[in-house]
Amino acid sequence: MSHRELDDMLGKGWRKPPFIANPKLRWALLAGFVAYLIAAFLTIEVDWARVYAGLDRGWQFVLSFTRPDFVSRASDIWEGLLESIVMTVAASVVGIAISIPIGLGAARNIAPMPVYLVCRGIVAVSRALQEIIVAILLVAIFGFGPLAGFLTLSFATIGFLSKLLAEDIESMDRVQAEAVKASGARWMQYINYGVQPQILPRLVGLSMYRIDINFRESAILGLVGAGGIGATLNTAFDRYEYDTAAAILILIIVIVMGLEYLSGVIRARVQ
Amino acid sequence: MPVIEQGGTQIWKRRTRRESLLRWFGWLLGVAVFMICWQRISDATTWFFVWDAPRIANDIWTRATPPRWEYITQLGRPIWDTLNIATLGTIIALFLSVPVAFLAARNTTPSRVFIRPIALLIIVSTRSINSLIWALLLIAIIGPGVFAGVVAIAIRSIGFCAKLLYEAIEEIDHGQVEAVTATGASRWQVMAFGIVPQIMPAFAGVAVFRWDINIRESTVLGLVGAGGIGLQLSSSLNVLAWPQVSLILLVILAAVVISEWVSAKVRGAII
Amino acid sequence: MLRLQKLTKTYKTGDQALKAIDLEVPAGQVLALIGPSGAGKSTMIRCINRLVEPTTGEVLLGDTDLAKLGTSALRKARRSMGMIFQEYALVERLTVMENVLSGRLGYVGFWRSFLRRFPQSDVDEAFRLLDRVGLLHMADKRADELSGGQRQRVGICRALIQNPKLLLVDEPTASLDPKTSRQIMRLITELCQERGLAAIINIHDVALAQMFVPRIVGLRFGEIVFDGPPTGLTSDKLTEIYGEEDWEATIEKVEDDEDIEAAE
Repeated sequence: MSHRELDDMLGKGWRKPPFIANPKLRWALLAGFVAYLIAAFLTIEVDWARVYAGLDRGWQFVLSFTRPDFVSRASDIWEGLLESIVMTVAASVVGIAISIPIGLGAARNIAPMPVYLVCRGIVAVSRALQEIIVAILLVAIFGFGPLAGFLTLSFATIGFLSKLLAEDIESMDRVQAEAVKASGARWMQYINYGVQPQILPRLVGLSMYRIDINFRESAILGLVGAGGIGATLNTAFDRYEYDTAAAILILIIVIVMGLEYLSGVIRARVQ
Repeated sequence: MPVIEQGGTQIWKRRTRRESLLRWFGWLLGVAVFMICWQRISDATTWFFVWDAPRIANDIWTRATPPRWEYITQLGRPIWDTLNIATLGTIIALFLSVPVAFLAARNTTPSRVFIRPIALLIIVSTRSINSLIWALLLIAIIGPGVFAGVVAIAIRSIGFCAKLLYEAIEEIDHGQVEAVTATGASRWQVMAFGIVPQIMPAFAGVAVFRWDINIRESTVLGLVGAGGIGLQLSSSLNVLAWPQVSLILLVILAAVVISEWVSAKVRGAII
Repeated sequence: MLRLQKLTKTYKTGDQALKAIDLEVPAGQVLALIGPSGAGKSTMIRCINRLVEPTTGEVLLGDTDLAKLGTSALRKARRSMGMIFQEYALVERLTVMENVLSGRLGYVGFWRSFLRRFPQSDVDEAFRLLDRVGLLHMADKRADELSGGQRQRVGICRALIQNPKLLLVDEPTASLDPKTSRQIMRLITELCQERGLAAIINIHDVALAQMFVPRIVGLRFGEIVFDGPPTGLTSDKLTEIYGEEDWEATIEKVEDDEDIEAAE
């Protein structure tokens, strides 16, 4: 920046220097964004009459939260919720158990190249496919029921946990692990003494977080027939039984809050 | 480990022994719970279908390949809708999440006793419920279509964005805020000059991160009728048009990969 | 011009940071406040502009008791007290110019400040001040690109553009090297003379205080134990202020968040 003299600058206005220095680029980006927004709004096709008619129903729904109906479909809710929890627990256990070896394999600093590539491939596939799509395919293959949901959640857990675990291992303190290796430890001992203590707290934290996610996801798998509370919820919406739907949503929220609280406590204890 | 300081080594030892017993009991309990869960899943499964699964999977695979490439001409509009749902939903969510975040952060909330819990409740309830469920609900209220998708994505994202933002607000440097306060600035000026500049990087990061997630989520919203490419997926599945399904899955996969790439680029440019 | 009467501050933890302080600062006088960590120096100057709420006592600036002002009157009163901070406390992601202009926030409305449309007179004054401290060419740099000494100069400009009667200076040199420290102290005292400002300077470095400041007040455990010219600061007096055991004094560097917020 050139040296400017005070006298030149006095009396002149001052503007904050713009975020993007090049004015052409700045205006082009702005114009492009505005054009996109306009185009997007024009193609959205909102049926305002329908929306207006729906406002009343929306208000009914909000009101139904003040009088949730846990009773009239109690057995359906209970069945669905239990199935969701069962799927969550089983899938989390299996998913975490499988993602530990895959996470080790996907860490560049401890795995040999071929293993690394295979494990990274598994992680990439699992992360790119969403739960609900996996669930659709698995339902088509294995039939309706919680087995498909369980497999879906396990598969998704592997992608999520292995990736984060591998990143954690890659960023761990090498000296500590090397010290163990230098003592002549076997590979398993090396993992057990050199690597495990360093990543365990984070593994526990991530696992808790994933259990939380698995439960939330298990609530939608029912929409495609993969078991859980989602089917009950869907039925409640279809029949406009907002009181029951509100009850289910409240249960989901409460369980998620409980899980978050629990994971906070556990993480605090592990670290 | 809960170690009580009073008393000597012996007391401490006894506690560890009790804890190791507790730990074993915990493992045992965990295994038992898992077995019960597995039992329930297995009871709800028709094992005949499972044994038949390899054949069915093979069958689906042969039907689905090769994908029906010419179908792509009909996917332009759905892809455009999907993009709009994600982008507009993210923008709306960002606008709404800023005030919620300020109300939820300990250092900016007007009242810790009344307003903060409400803000936290908004965050946890919008976050706990999957966008597909929001979409189901909104379709029941305002009818199917892209608009319901936009609103569903927006609602689902509020809690997510507000949570990350309020954590950023709580971590700001208080000295800078104090300095602006000391000049005699009003409450709003302190916010605009002392707090907002400090959280801008977090805000930009959250926006891009959430947009990436929203692209993924909006690809499947159509399954419940909320517009976008999921609608095509759903109708193709209904008529068992597997070549179309496989093409749509490929398109979704490409969209996910591209959005991840874009968000990584933008994040790199901002930070 | 500034008079503290029986100023007391007790934190919620029960620590008594200030014990009935009486102090008078005439217009145009520069005063250094020395004392060990935790003696209450920082608390005292924060009680004056009420970034920390005083528990009891009066803070008289002219004829108004600052301790009794409501929110908007307090904001008006804060305009006449410029503050300079230990860690500079510049808003790091804003430009130098925005940081300087933020000193005028008490004078302009919200939207004007939000759109960065400050009155031309303010902009001119900001340019003049930046020129005075030798940073005019840095006006459009972001604050976090500056070195420590440069940042503190910007901090000084921000305090001066408020057009204050009094400067509250909190450890201006604590994060600076010895040479820059001297330059900054010289700059502050010179500017105070030029503009006839009174100042209270918290400072750790006794030698630096003696070098630049005509009046020194020693604080210990929240009480004034010395008040006089630098020459009166004998080694006996220094022992009285700092005394070996004082380094273990346990009124921690209390920065009670809630009090600062309550002051806002």
